[in-house]
Amino acid sequence: MAGIEVTALHKRYPDGTVAVDHVDLSIGDGELFVMLGPSGCGKTTTLRAIAGLERQTTGDIRIGNTLVNDLPPAERDIAMVFQFYALYPHLRTRDNLAFPLRAEGLPKAEVRERVDEAARLMRLGPLLDRRPRRLSGGEQQRVALARALVRRPRAFLMDEPLTNLDAELRADMRTEIKHLQGELGTTMVYVTHDQVEAMSLGHRIAILNKGRVEQIGTPLEVYDRPASLFCAAFIGSPPMNLIEVEVADGKLRSQSGLVLTPPPGLPRDRCLVAGVRPEALEVTEPGAERSVPARVVSAEWLGDEIIYVVDHGGQRDVRVRMPSTVRFAADAPVGLRHSGGPPPVYDVSTEELVA
Amino acid sequence: MAVSVDEAVSTGPVRDHTPSARRFGGRGRFVLEVALLTVLAVVMLFPVLWMIETSIKENRDVYAIPAKFFDFKVTMDHFKDVFVASGGGRSTLSVSFLNSVVVAGVSTALATVLGVPAAWAYSRFAVKAKKDQLFFILSTRFMPPVVVVIPIFLMYRQVGLIDTQLGLILIYTAFNVPFTIWMMKGFVDEVPAEYEDAAMLDGYTRLQAFWRFTLPLLLPGIAATAVFALIFSWNEFVFATFLTSSDNVRTAPPAIAGLIGGTTVDWGLVAAASVVFALPVLVFAYLVRKHLVAGVTLGAVRR
Repeated sequence: MAGIEVTALHKRYPDGTVAVDHVDLSIGDGELFVMLGPSGCGKTTTLRAIAGLERQTTGDIRIGNTLVNDLPPAERDIAMVFQFYALYPHLRTRDNLAFPLRAEGLPKAEVRERVDEAARLMRLGPLLDRRPRRLSGGEQQRVALARALVRRPRAFLMDEPLTNLDAELRADMRTEIKHLQGELGTTMVYVTHDQVEAMSLGHRIAILNKGRVEQIGTPLEVYDRPASLFCAAFIGSPPMNLIEVEVADGKLRSQSGLVLTPPPGLPRDRCLVAGVRPEALEVTEPGAERSVPARVVSAEWLGDEIIYVVDHGGQRDVRVRMPSTVRFAADAPVGLRHSGGPPPVYDVSTEELVA
Repeated sequence: MAVSVDEAVSTGPVRDHTPSARRFGGRGRFVLEVALLTVLAVVMLFPVLWMIETSIKENRDVYAIPAKFFDFKVTMDHFKDVFVASGGGRSTLSVSFLNSVVVAGVSTALATVLGVPAAWAYSRFAVKAKKDQLFFILSTRFMPPVVVVIPIFLMYRQVGLIDTQLGLILIYTAFNVPFTIWMMKGFVDEVPAEYEDAAMLDGYTRLQAFWRFTLPLLLPGIAATAVFALIFSWNEFVFATFLTSSDNVRTAPPAIAGLIGGTTVDWGLVAAASVVFALPVLVFAYLVRKHLVAGVTLGAVRR
């Protein structure tokens, strides 16, 4: 087991596209580290560089204390699980699992022991004598995971392993992966574009955009204080409301007159945007205390909660998360007020967190 | 046709769930299909049947008027003449067939050996100006071969490749490589690159990963591509006519054509030689017919 250090990683393809601009990561030993970002943000390229499947243009990668820049993938002692499971189609499950071990030249008895162990861990018993084409998607992914386990590598690399599964299976596998990682304590780097997966799995999350790291933090940090406007818009469903505000009399006030709790250390004379989570706003009866007049544009009934889209005279409509017991009709005149703590505030021009 | 009026305009309750099949129903449709297919088959197959018939007729039956379709004496003399010279020993035609086998076989093998790795590289790696390169490769097929036959002739004369098997092999390979690259790239694209990634993580080099995992999955595609290349080289006529002249180098197509043009034409021999010439391609195409269809419909279905 080992931590992974990525320093000043840069990857430029021969055709001129820059897949990774500048990435620094410090992944701890035994950590489940998630790289999250939209497609094309460089997360998969970074992962493949760690695996040794892509050669970075510049920058260093260390696994444990070893500089692995010039090591071929096989000598980096890592295992990878792919989005498309990449089980060898001509081999039975048993032989697929044994394959990397035989390639290492382990004695037969040990191969069998380790295959049995991995099969037990992933509950593959009845599937051992089938070929990949006779397995369902979820089963194939379990075999792919087992094939990674069987190597007992220093780190697991996961490249969107659950994307091809249906929603229910995905939730099950998510739990299973998290449990497995906790049990084995092996470092895991997990790439995904799904924020729910990132939030529920990761010890820490790195949000990537355009080949750069926008933010690294625990799921809660990332959720509560997104480091940039990009992160603010990316995390959360529905995402943060970005409300243009100005500082007046030590208060944060939007154009519509909505007053927000001001965070300490606000800069002056700048165009500011506050990021307000839908659950930090409240739809009230019109004229309620501290509320500004507003109008319900639409309501999404999700069963346990309602997402109201509310026009409060600001530049954009805001989304408000309310318990399903609080009901307002569409087009009804209502009040809108801020009920949470101080929101993160961003500079419009730099798009970065300022307070 | 055996469709009664009642059946055709039936207004009764429709029991069948596919109304069109019912209206233009079962037997009638079948008869029509068979009739049309028969007409088509006669048109398509008549020349072939006539060729086969002529190859087993005696010479006076070949010229008989009215033509004899069935009541002729079967002889294998023409086939004997294809392989055995009149004075005994090997005929010049049989030498031509051997030349065809060598030229077509070697050029196909060369095109495959060069084209498959190239297709793999174009499919897997980020190559500078990949699309332009592929377009350039394809552009060599934009003109009919006849256009370049004179320049090629002059160049070959300079370097001494006129009237050599090597010359033909090179030119056929040159024409088959672009085709092989394009067709094989489609097949390689269908094989997920993750197999190679996984194999590399399991301890194989890139080339080993290609050789051990991708190549076996490509074999059907290679078979289909090779058959197309083989058919091209085997049937090629223009270059063979222009670039070769001596009997011991010439391939079968110009040799068979050369049988026509004397004072008398031995049609029996021409037909027999043509049958022998057509057989290998038919057999090959039959053996890989499934893969040929796969090659033609490739990319029609997304993985």
